Amino acid sequence: MRASRAIQLAFVAVLFALWWQATHGWHVSALLLPTPLAVLLRARVLISSGEVWTPLAATAIEVAGAFSLSAVIGLALGVFIARAGLRIRVAEPLLTALNAIPAILFFPLFTLVFGLGAGSKIALGATIGVFPIALNTISGLSNVERPLITAAISMGASRMALLRHVLLPAAAPSVLAGLRIGLTLSFLAVLGGETIASFDGLGHQIADAADNMEAATMYAYILVVVLVAAVLNQALARLDGFGQRR
Amino acid sequence: MTDIAIQITEAAHRFGGVAALAPTSLSVRRGELLCLIGPSGCGKSTLLNIMGGLLAPESGRTEIFGEAITGPRPDRIAFVFQESTLMPWNTIIENIELGLIFQGAAKAGRRERAAEALAAVGLSEFANHYPSQLSGGMRQRAALARVLCLDTDIILMDEPFGALDEQTRMVLGEDLSVLLSRTGKTIVFVTHSLGEAVFLADRVAVFSARPGTIKTIVEVGAAHPRTPEFVTSAEFAVLRNRLYTELHEEIRRTMGPELRLAAASADGGRVAG
Repeated sequence: MRASRAIQLAFVAVLFALWWQATHGWHVSALLLPTPLAVLLRARVLISSGEVWTPLAATAIEVAGAFSLSAVIGLALGVFIARAGLRIRVAEPLLTALNAIPAILFFPLFTLVFGLGAGSKIALGATIGVFPIALNTISGLSNVERPLITAAISMGASRMALLRHVLLPAAAPSVLAGLRIGLTLSFLAVLGGETIASFDGLGHQIADAADNMEAATMYAYILVVVLVAAVLNQALARLDGFGQRR
Repeated sequence: MTDIAIQITEAAHRFGGVAALAPTSLSVRRGELLCLIGPSGCGKSTLLNIMGGLLAPESGRTEIFGEAITGPRPDRIAFVFQESTLMPWNTIIENIELGLIFQGAAKAGRRERAAEALAAVGLSEFANHYPSQLSGGMRQRAALARVLCLDTDIILMDEPFGALDEQTRMVLGEDLSVLLSRTGKTIVFVTHSLGEAVFLADRVAVFSARPGTIKTIVEVGAAHPRTPEFVTSAEFAVLRNRLYTELHEEIRRTMGPELRLAAASADGGRVAG
């Protein structure tokens, strides 16, 4: 455990060293890659001035909206489909095929329908996030050990009791894995959408800074995104640990 | 009150066109322990599932206490299966309570009833363990506690000790005999083990090869609870040998021609196997 953490930290350190070397030793243009110090200083200013909070809040709201939608729809769809073998045989290949279509192609449509604000990012994030959640829910529910179901039925379990006390707990690890992938994808989709067309959000700031050739600002916002992703990842790892507790 | 707990009349079933159970009739008396024994695939489990309402036979009739069976009857019939069917995400006590929840028992007193059942099988100190923390034998003991807690008139057991080693199985068999002699429940017990059948049963129904039906019923006269001494008695050996003879012919019919040397020593010398 300790060793792996040390290697991970060393990896980050090497990354920063290479960055430093690129800007100082190899003289990469500051327009493309500012020095680590310049970026860190810029990030500090963004945070201390409070400038970062507005776009961060916008992104957070969009991700929360997109993920909640995809979780609710994905779980409901998954439970509905997994209740009958026929529905699984019909719907699972369909969902898998739909999932293979790059949803980003619908982003222009979403901006037409929902506008350039949060709506179109939430729609995109939800569209992308819903598939892994639904598919993992179906796979989790349809792989429950048959004897557990038979035993519950023999003891008189109603359909609701079966779902609540047998099917959902048995499917929990798979469902949680789906939620985890769904959240990650929603996050990526929201940021992607923001860099393409938006008024606000971290992705918007990154695209804006790039347009204005403010490389330090752009990297500073990227650093913020990396931090947010790390926090999200930690939270998800905890969720996974909860799913595996037994 | 009738003295017949379960009445099967001409029940027959096929799986995907393959006959699993030839027309079979059987009466299980109230309060007896009846063992079903027979070659693999002879329809013992099929018959058990029909009795419990888990499987609707293609033809024939099932009654418990004079009432036709059309589906599970958690109020009157409980099952113990070969595999552990304890929910791995629940503790042992939660698992036993879950049976009561499924059965529809009132919330008040559920935990106490579960604890009582656990105490009856000697697992009180493992109440808050998860199934994966228990040995196979302890898990089946917990499954037994769950069934006792459901307090049904009839218990159907499908090779409950089938996955356990022989020593564990002997001890559990003794415990079961003691527990059941106290409760007066009607039990049908599927097993592969001749020794287990003689040790536990009041009567042993021997199945013919597939499509199976009941070939003969052997009475075991000894009183319950049975002790380890019963296993070494002459009576036990006679009954076990009789079952072996009845069964041997049927098993051969499913397995193909005899290899003279191998068959002579294959199952002959074991006592409680």
